[in-house]
Amino acid sequence: MMGAYLFKRLVSNVLLVAIAASMAYFLAATSLNPRYKYEGRQPPVAEAVIDATLEQYNLNDKTPVFQRYVTWAAGVATGDLGRTWDGKPVNEELGRRVGVSLRLLLVGTILGAAVGVSVGAYAAVKQYRISDRAIGVGAFVVMAIPVFVLATLLTVAAAGLNGVLGFTLLEYTGEYNPALSGWDQLTNRLNHLILPTISLTLGQIAYYSRIQRNMMLDVLGQDFIRTARAKGLSRRNALFKHALRTSLVPVATYFAFSFGTMLTGATFTEKIFGWHGMGAWLVDSIQSHDVNSVAAVSLFAAVCVLVAGFLSDLIVSAIDPRVRVS
Amino acid sequence: MRSKIVLARMLRNPQSRYGLLALALLLLLAYAGPFLGPHDWTDKDFLAFMEPPSFDEDGHWWGTTQIGQDVYAVTLRGMQKSIVIGFLVALFSTGLAALVGATAGYVGGWVDKALMWATDLLLVLPSFLIIAIVSPRLKGGSWLWFVVLLALFSWMITSRMVRSMTLSLREREFVAAARYMGIPAWKIILRHILPNISSLLIIDATLNVSAAIIGEAALSFFGFGIQPPDVSLGTLIADGSAKAIGYPWLFAFPAGLLVLLVLSVNLVGDGLRDALDPGSNQ
Repeated sequence: MMGAYLFKRLVSNVLLVAIAASMAYFLAATSLNPRYKYEGRQPPVAEAVIDATLEQYNLNDKTPVFQRYVTWAAGVATGDLGRTWDGKPVNEELGRRVGVSLRLLLVGTILGAAVGVSVGAYAAVKQYRISDRAIGVGAFVVMAIPVFVLATLLTVAAAGLNGVLGFTLLEYTGEYNPALSGWDQLTNRLNHLILPTISLTLGQIAYYSRIQRNMMLDVLGQDFIRTARAKGLSRRNALFKHALRTSLVPVATYFAFSFGTMLTGATFTEKIFGWHGMGAWLVDSIQSHDVNSVAAVSLFAAVCVLVAGFLSDLIVSAIDPRVRVS
Repeated sequence: MRSKIVLARMLRNPQSRYGLLALALLLLLAYAGPFLGPHDWTDKDFLAFMEPPSFDEDGHWWGTTQIGQDVYAVTLRGMQKSIVIGFLVALFSTGLAALVGATAGYVGGWVDKALMWATDLLLVLPSFLIIAIVSPRLKGGSWLWFVVLLALFSWMITSRMVRSMTLSLREREFVAAARYMGIPAWKIILRHILPNISSLLIIDATLNVSAAIIGEAALSFFGFGIQPPDVSLGTLIADGSAKAIGYPWLFAFPAGLLVLLVLSVNLVGDGLRDALDPGSNQ
């Protein structure tokens, strides 16, 4: 029963990914113009040479788009995502950029979820007190600040602080300083991580705290909490062992889902702080007319969304006994 | 009347009262403000490039840009565009969500399957990437195309909610009665299903306004949104953020207004949710 359901779902998901990626490929192949990257060069490149180069990378707009698509799709089916506009393998670039994004997001998403859940749970326990209201107002304001505004504000603040101090306390461009090595490089990497992590987590903390507060309030009013207290459990134990755990179910699903979409969704943070991850690639590949990279990003994003949805279902069935039984 | 009750409830709630007040003031600023300023948004002052804000009678209240535009006039002009985009996208996307969701839920069968499959497909497609590729090609075309694009990618989740609510409404007596009286499906959907989920739709439309304003600004940040000579808060923030460290007024005014606009719309939306919810104890 379960196996058949999972299989059916897998098939429909693979189909969805295939269609989404194909549509993105056609859109990119017909809209972007990799030839333009070669035409403006000094000294000028002969057209035959450009043709031959583009042909080699399966980017020649003189080849019918359907034929290019078939070549691309055949490659993807064997795990080869093609070449970038200047001939580098897309696979390598993808691997490198996923690594960058993971290094950026791992700390940020976990921190955001953990802090957000704690703040939300705290607000729920202190419902209608000053602290709850302050948290609520804070979350509301933070959620109204788009990440590109927040990230820019952080760079301005860091530049101002560095200027006042007269030395670079906080780094705000790039992932690390390649001139350093060993421990120095590690601390340098951590320094570079501070501001982008703040820009990623603030919004998440606000969002998680709202969900967690609502869930917790729903749970706190339920009979099993009263029963637990009536059995003689202390308030602290009832809150942590019963209320918090139950109210974590929706948050956990959201966490799985958001991590998947974040992998390509941290575009602004990556671009503003100069990290060359997947999110930045989304913008860079379009701006450099890089058809195969655009297709690769779309494929990756579609796979991420579906895997994330799948994961969040699995997590629910793992921690929610009601789902497991039925 | 229900709308009167809802309005009274909203005004009793301080949060939505401030939201409404702030929104009204911002709309007033956007549409009446340009008449008060000493400069027009198309004027270029060749004697003042990158001037900081000045408080002279005829000066540039919010400073000038690199090409001598008055930041006050340009920002308000951009704000008008952002507001119009926000409202149009919200109207369009919530309308689409309601129609698709209600049709899928009410008609059922293969129509339901096909519509929900299309919804899933749009959810999987990276909307940012597609709008980013398509919208610069609309250069010279109307910015309304951009509204259509934004709306096209923001209705899916709501339509799933509408569908599941329709599924339970379909079994109710008044819908069955209408069906047995021979009323056609489209009329039942418009007259009986949609009015019964109007609370959800109103809340959704309000929150979509702020989502669309942010979405426009986000795309314009990379030059994928509103194209020059049109300006929006997004294009202004994009220009300003690159120079924010040396010339903060270029960034501060459009970004500040964007945040205030989104905040006030969200406050109103949240207040509407409380006011429309019969279970809330306001």
